[in-house]
Amino acid sequence: MADTSVELRDLVKYHGATLAVDHLSLEVRAGEFFSILGPSGAGKTTTLRLVGGFERPDRGEILVEGRSMQNVPPNLRPVNLVFQTYALFPHMTVFNNVAFGLEMRRIRRAELRSRVSAALDMVKLSDKHSRLPSQLSGGEQQRVALARALVNRPAVVLLDEPLGALDQQLRQEMQLELKAIQKQVGITFICVTHHQEEALTMSDRVAVMNHGRVLQVGSPQEVYESPTSEVVARFIGLSNHLSGRIVTVGGTTCRITSPDIPTTQPLLVRRPPGPMEANRVMLLLRPERLHVSQDAQAGRFDNAVSARIEKVTYTGSEMQYLLRLSDSVLWRARLPNSGARQERFRVGEAVFLCWNADDGVILTE
Amino acid sequence: MNRGRIWLRSASLANLLFLYLPIAVLILFSFNASRLSATWQGGTFRWYLVLVEDQALLAAVHNSLVVAAVSTFLATVLGVSAAVGLERLPAGRRWTVEGALLLPLVIPEVMLGVALLLFFVMIKVPLSLVTVTIGHTVWNVPIVAVIVQARLQKLDSRLVEAALDLGATPWQAFRRVTLPLLTPAIIGAVLMAFTLSLDDFIVTFFTAGPGSTTLPLKVYSMIKSGVSPEINALSAMLVLISMALIGLSLLVQRQRH
Amino acid sequence: MGIFFFIPLLIVLAVSFASRGTDGGVEWTFSLTNYAHLADPLYFRIYGRSIALALATTALCLLLGFPLAYSIARAPIRWQGIWLLLVMIPFWTNFLVRTYAWMFILRTEGLMNTLLINLGVMTQPIELLYSDWAILIGLVYGYLPFMVLPLYAATERLDLSVVEAAWDLYATGWSVFWRVILPLTKPGVIAGCILVFIPSLGAFITPDLLGGAKTMMVGNLIQHEYLVMRDWPLGSAISFSLMALVLLAVMAYFKTDGRLDRLERGV
Repeated sequence: MADTSVELRDLVKYHGATLAVDHLSLEVRAGEFFSILGPSGAGKTTTLRLVGGFERPDRGEILVEGRSMQNVPPNLRPVNLVFQTYALFPHMTVFNNVAFGLEMRRIRRAELRSRVSAALDMVKLSDKHSRLPSQLSGGEQQRVALARALVNRPAVVLLDEPLGALDQQLRQEMQLELKAIQKQVGITFICVTHHQEEALTMSDRVAVMNHGRVLQVGSPQEVYESPTSEVVARFIGLSNHLSGRIVTVGGTTCRITSPDIPTTQPLLVRRPPGPMEANRVMLLLRPERLHVSQDAQAGRFDNAVSARIEKVTYTGSEMQYLLRLSDSVLWRARLPNSGARQERFRVGEAVFLCWNADDGVILTE
Repeated sequence: MNRGRIWLRSASLANLLFLYLPIAVLILFSFNASRLSATWQGGTFRWYLVLVEDQALLAAVHNSLVVAAVSTFLATVLGVSAAVGLERLPAGRRWTVEGALLLPLVIPEVMLGVALLLFFVMIKVPLSLVTVTIGHTVWNVPIVAVIVQARLQKLDSRLVEAALDLGATPWQAFRRVTLPLLTPAIIGAVLMAFTLSLDDFIVTFFTAGPGSTTLPLKVYSMIKSGVSPEINALSAMLVLISMALIGLSLLVQRQRH
Repeated sequence: MGIFFFIPLLIVLAVSFASRGTDGGVEWTFSLTNYAHLADPLYFRIYGRSIALALATTALCLLLGFPLAYSIARAPIRWQGIWLLLVMIPFWTNFLVRTYAWMFILRTEGLMNTLLINLGVMTQPIELLYSDWAILIGLVYGYLPFMVLPLYAATERLDLSVVEAAWDLYATGWSVFWRVILPLTKPGVIAGCILVFIPSLGAFITPDLLGGAKTMMVGNLIQHEYLVMRDWPLGSAISFSLMALVLLAVMAYFKTDGRLDRLERGV
């Protein structure tokens, strides 16, 4: 078990009558950047607070480095939390905020100074050590909160929506920086976020969570390319869906038909994993993987279906189309704006939607 | 819109005149040479000198300061602990305790005065400065508690969690995080309690015995025996003192930020 | 702490059901006579006057205080502090002194009479002091800050863009006030009214100094029964019914609005 940093075993937590965490089990490896991704209200923050010791689980167990955390108060856990609102002490300078944890553990003055300076160096705030939190920008406050956790060299750093309060541009910079810092210090990070791109960019592994349960755990690529459930698929951006039936099965692919759309020939899709007993399936497609064109482009794409443009939205960087495939099926397509030469379509125009078998995800129902 | 604004401005100014004119007139006539007339007869400091030599008055000032200091200290300790304790109670029981704590604030002061009087007579404690001090403490505890609790509720509970997370024990978290953040509110509460105690008349009136005359009691008996320029001079000094206290509280609060 | 508050209150309650002893003390025989006494027309008039004066004080304070609180809340931040300070200074000034100021102004040889005679408005001084009007002025003067501070707290929290939205949607000045400002500041209005009504109802100093024997309020009546007549049971019955009245008013407030708008005036 040497390489397991945090283990959650069958955690259950009720908030009043609502089930916030529902039989949750997870293993986080030592030194990895682990993200818990899910919509708000999924139970992510509660999970983090359980690990931090601010709430007690109603059932189940938490182990940090193999040691049970049952009845261990927050001040004795080898875990530090970076709060969503940062929770910097407003009456203390940056230096004193960062030094607080070391002072509580009665670290000698000389060592304390050098460790605080090193931590502030790491987050590039050495020149602001005597400022008060209120004199810092949002991004700087975020770095102080991070330094305040890292300086204690905990077994695990917990981050609650660490970039949630920052603006878009700063957020992207900080994603890379957080990741770099984590690699540098080698401490396990557990990060909670509802921001898909953030989780995928920073993490070694991602757990997708909803309604208090973990739906899927895997590398960013696994989660993004091969979601194992419809909820994960939708959360990860696969918004076009079509239910159907398998008609023929090949080696790595199969063909399906759908009663919901009129097609000339069955659609070629990847073969779903596992046994093929149930032949009812759901096809999911990303809006950005679809091609819109005036002809079927046979040869270039595995599949083509006819559709009618219902709505066109120009967002600057891309063109967004709402397309009607049949009375009950409405899909979206997003095409990058590649300039004046690009073919543009008008509302009401009849077009073809084309894609390859690998672009879609197939789930058995 | 503009007409509305002018109307608002003049209404506010009229308000301020109403608040300040009487006090200003009072102070002005404390320098009036004539003892009887409400017309200006030339300036003098005579009435102030009379006050400074009045031994009974000085004794009353001394009594007032002692009572205010002791009752403020007691009320602060009790009030702060009540506020902090209240915040830790589960929500259900909190409401009842909070109601009980705030009750002294909403009943008329006369009621508290007679209740304390009856109580001290029943348990056969002679009325003295001690009973006055107890009365002032009872009156001030809820005020301190309310002010401190209002601040406590605005504090981010995550700050305490952050302190715990960084290895502080609950007591250390209170000492190092909660208490420093409450300090401005506590200072405000101390000043408030001190001023209210210095100024209190009704509770004192019912709980004071022979020899425990405080400044307001003395002022009252002076007023009762008729309008005189000495009272004007005393009033002017009291106004000055309360302004100094406010100035002090502002100074302290400004330094905190 | 509880000992010095709740036990005394219980004693008052107990004594209010006892009888008056021969030597002015308390005799522990149960009786309701004290409460029956309250129906006496003499006491009834005092009750009625107290309630009427307290209501009038509250209404006047609201009328005067609202424009002041509103313009403070709308003033530039830098000025708000100064304005508030100006409201606070009288509040922190000894109540006796402030009441005395009105004695000085209103008495027969006082400033007002002198001024009016010197201006030739009249030839003979008139009795301004020792009347219900003098009490009313004194009460309004004494408790106006209690009204302004919670009102300020409420109006300061009011989002100005909401008022602008009302203007934008064709509301006139008057309907902006009635339909938007007043409903949004209601908690402050109610808190201010409670904070003024309670001490006005139980006022002692103001009627004692500015009113005369003929213009007693409940506070004076209680003091009179306790310290002059030494009829403690009757005094207790009067104080207890006063407290019941006040608690009813407060409870009515809690019903309409949950929590007391904390004495934010304090700090």
